[in-house]
Amino acid sequence: MSAWETVVGLEVHVELSTATKMWCGCPTTFGDAPNTNVCPVCSGQPGALPVPNARAVHDATLLGLALGGTIAPRCRFHRKNYFYPDLAKNYQISQYDVPLVSDGVLEVEVERDGELVLETVRIERLHMEEDTGKSLHLGATGRLHGADRSAIDYNRSGVPLLEIVSRPDVRDPETAQAYLRELQAIVRTLGVSDARMEEGSIRCDANVSVRRPGEPLGTRCEIKNLNSVRSLGRAIAHEAARQIAVLEDGGSIVMETRHWDEDAGVTRTLRRKETVTDYRYFPDPDLVEVTTSPRRVAEVRAELPELPAAARARLVAAGVPRAQAATVLGGGMLALLDAAVAAGAPAPAAANWLAGEVTGWLAAEGVALADAGLTGTHVAELVAMVEEGAVSATQAKQVLAGVLEDRGAAGPRAVAEARGLSQLRDEGELARVVAEVVAANPDAVAAVRDGNDRAIGALVGQVMRATGGSADPRRTNELLRAAIGS
Amino acid sequence: MSADPALTRLGAAALGAAVGAGEVTAREVLEAHLDAIAARDGVVADGDVWHARDAADLGPDDLHAFLVVTAARARDAADAVDRRRAAGEALGPLAGVPLALKDVLTMRGAPTTCGSRMLEGWVPPYDATVTERLAAAGIVVLGKTNMDEFAMGSSTENSAYGPTRNPWDPDRVPGGSSGGSAAAVAGGLAPLGVGTDTGGSIRQPAAFTGLVGGKPTYGAVSRYGLVAFASSLDQAGPFARDVTDAALLHAVMAGPDPRDATSDPTDPADVVAALGRGVEGLRVGVVEELEEAGCEPGVRAVFLAAVAALEAAGATVERVSLPHAGYGLPAYYLVAPAEASSNLARFDGVRYGRRVDAATAEAMNAATRGEGFGPEVRRRIMIGTHALSSGYVDAYYLQAARVRTLIARDFATAFDRVDVLISPTAPGVAFRIGAVADPLAMYRNDVATVPASLAGVPAVSVPIGTADDGAGSGPLPVGLQIMAPLRADDRCYRVARAVEAVVGFDPDPAAHGAGVRR
Amino acid sequence: MSLSEDEVRHVAALARLALDDDEIAALTPQLADILAYAAEVGAVATDDVAPMTHPLGLEDVTRPDVPGERLPADAVLAAAPDRVGDRFGVPRIVEEDA
Repeated sequence: MSAWETVVGLEVHVELSTATKMWCGCPTTFGDAPNTNVCPVCSGQPGALPVPNARAVHDATLLGLALGGTIAPRCRFHRKNYFYPDLAKNYQISQYDVPLVSDGVLEVEVERDGELVLETVRIERLHMEEDTGKSLHLGATGRLHGADRSAIDYNRSGVPLLEIVSRPDVRDPETAQAYLRELQAIVRTLGVSDARMEEGSIRCDANVSVRRPGEPLGTRCEIKNLNSVRSLGRAIAHEAARQIAVLEDGGSIVMETRHWDEDAGVTRTLRRKETVTDYRYFPDPDLVEVTTSPRRVAEVRAELPELPAAARARLVAAGVPRAQAATVLGGGMLALLDAAVAAGAPAPAAANWLAGEVTGWLAAEGVALADAGLTGTHVAELVAMVEEGAVSATQAKQVLAGVLEDRGAAGPRAVAEARGLSQLRDEGELARVVAEVVAANPDAVAAVRDGNDRAIGALVGQVMRATGGSADPRRTNELLRAAIGS
Repeated sequence: MSADPALTRLGAAALGAAVGAGEVTAREVLEAHLDAIAARDGVVADGDVWHARDAADLGPDDLHAFLVVTAARARDAADAVDRRRAAGEALGPLAGVPLALKDVLTMRGAPTTCGSRMLEGWVPPYDATVTERLAAAGIVVLGKTNMDEFAMGSSTENSAYGPTRNPWDPDRVPGGSSGGSAAAVAGGLAPLGVGTDTGGSIRQPAAFTGLVGGKPTYGAVSRYGLVAFASSLDQAGPFARDVTDAALLHAVMAGPDPRDATSDPTDPADVVAALGRGVEGLRVGVVEELEEAGCEPGVRAVFLAAVAALEAAGATVERVSLPHAGYGLPAYYLVAPAEASSNLARFDGVRYGRRVDAATAEAMNAATRGEGFGPEVRRRIMIGTHALSSGYVDAYYLQAARVRTLIARDFATAFDRVDVLISPTAPGVAFRIGAVADPLAMYRNDVATVPASLAGVPAVSVPIGTADDGAGSGPLPVGLQIMAPLRADDRCYRVARAVEAVVGFDPDPAAHGAGVRR
Repeated sequence: MSLSEDEVRHVAALARLALDDDEIAALTPQLADILAYAAEVGAVATDDVAPMTHPLGLEDVTRPDVPGERLPADAVLAAAPDRVGDRFGVPRIVEEDA
């Protein structure tokens, strides 16, 4: 019996970060007091009418082109009719038979057996629609089930939303995660969305099925409530395993929507899809056709910035390791890297700082890159100081921390000077410390003599400590070996 | 405050001119009309907002044109006009003229029900664009008028608040759905009225009450704040007792609106400037399919006389075919309910209006909608839902929309040959309240008006005389419908003015010995 | 045009209208009559005819991404049949979001 193959299609919703909603001039800001960002249009008042946000149409077109899609020369908005309390009009304005964008593609890097490989995921369509309001479920659990009442806030009602539907090309959790991360990176690079999963400005549902390789597609289940890239991967892995277990047990898969329970690490039935919901789509008579001429396509295409894939390729070609390139891009540090290179730093050295120390410091301190005050010139200066031997590697880290702590108020050289950080260059002084360390550690010295090379590291560490980190580790190593005579 | 009842017989242009010249104040004009409403309409004339009496408490001759009379704000508006005049400001031609506003258009702070229990107590938090434009012109809104529930009907009998009576005969309907505005203007309660027309809801009541009523080119008047029945058809338009007044009101209402994506961005036709141009040399087409569409003999005779008069006035008259016009009614009764089924989904007991409590949100929605909507609205929601549902959408909704394309092409072809098309507005005269019980029979009232609605072209109904229904009704008004190409609203009014001049119809029921029960 | 009471019930559920058995029974023949009449559109040959969705054929009507006038929260909430603080209250929701 051959192994099972997991087949996944992804539906991603991206909230655009336009200033105003899709159909009205209400702000799209997150976290305001309930029902304050509302007007007759988005609160579904009788008689109010939608007028499309030109910026949203533009941003959707831009993303469609970034995904290599075809822009429909003419398309329109349809009404998707269903009743739900957070849907202010009881229909959602969406697109139906002709989406704005069709046939895109996304290439993603996936690590497999320690190597990064490229996987291609085709995109079936990208269409424009509107977000709904938010339901707060009142009751013991805070969830829909078990609530005895719900309360609705229409602040999110009408926020522009793009739905991006992939073909079922994904075969494993890692590819799904890479796809979602890559989409996040693209929309951030384009500046069309902040794509924060925790705020719901990017959301992902996964359609998961399993089959024997070569067989037709199996019955799929739609997994909802995926609140992070990590939960996307976990949920797919769990759901595929669940389906395989059911099938191997002689059972069959029921088409249904399942809820991912992050705490329990399982998916649970949310609702069966025995009858397909009849949404009674029809063209929204309040809205007219949207056209996109070839000239308009060319105009928008000309706005496309360097996309993450191209940037990654460029960095790798410049000698940056793939993993570091990914970190730099994922962290939104490409512009900083480019600035550092422009200021004279070799790309690999600059990328090493950004992907390593800078990323670590920002994460540890909880500071956003934009607030750190770090410039390309700072990075280039730091690289140069290490290169010149003005500071040791250890001191350079202290210098960087100093720059970041002051939010870039002072550059690396100024910080080094202010804190008295400079590499020990007095050979006599270094030789004296080396002699002291050798005399004080006879066991380690013996071990080195016996060929235990690791023991020398401990001795180097002692010298570094004794010199306050100002010694050059390479020179220290040489002097130690000479003193020990190994 | 002195109130001269004679002011209620003057037209809008005359009143506006008198106010502008300082011969009378806007407040005096208003009080005369408020007095007329208090005397004839069956409202409790008390306080800032006068409410209509419950249907059971209405007198047999109460017109019941108004659901609410916004007396205090009308007085404020009239006084504001008088202050502007006193300050030497130039006033528009309709400044200080009272108007009856159909209860389907929002006016901030004034109750809006759309003739439905569903919206009982709802006070819209915003103004319709039409309402704003009326205010900007210095027009004084008297109040909100009765209508078929959510504009679905041809008699105003479908109002949840009881039927409006026809000033020509209180036992008869004023037509619908804009029957309240029509009755108010025909009954001398207001010189101007605003209605909305989806399939004939301005033109047919205009015909039934001896008024001029116009459905503008689709997109000429903003729909923002018009509670939607069928979005691709709805248009607000004027009622008046003569063509000039109707044209003046159309001019106030029409124009681009950035809040309505279906609003025509081009400058509207100048309907007022066109009025005096006559019909000399104009090519007029009588629509064969509509002329023959089950007209009562009395209506047909008056129509033919008007055609002859038009010819005598210098127009060239020929018969023209709109081959698909006969499919207009069935197409309309799919497209309009389909859109309505979606437009009326928002009435669910969550955000505004009525709620019928139930244990779950779903049951609450269904109970609220089941109780809040009247029978005709429920019927149309059901038809429209079915027409859009899986397995039927192609045969019903989409096929009707294709037929609509063919009807629009028919009009375009016809307008290659003639300048305007004409027909009787309605196949009969005003019928008795309660006389038409069968929904389909009621729908047939719209047979001549729906083709223009489907094509989006402008159409104006102008009174051309009176006819008896053949069963002893006595004289009741008959209307002639003038249809013109898209955006050529001016041509409708120009021909209507010429018809008015040759026909010499008096809009006062009393002048015809009418206004009494028969 | 035949239309069963079950079909009418299905449509009523889609339209979210609570109708009792008597109402369904009364409505069924009326709807059947109206649909039979409306079905006359089926007699028209419409090969290669596109459905009409807008009389003027307007295109690309949009608005700039510029903030407009909001309503005060109270103006919207004032009309709520049920209110939970600054939110609209509804009874327990049984169905899931679409």
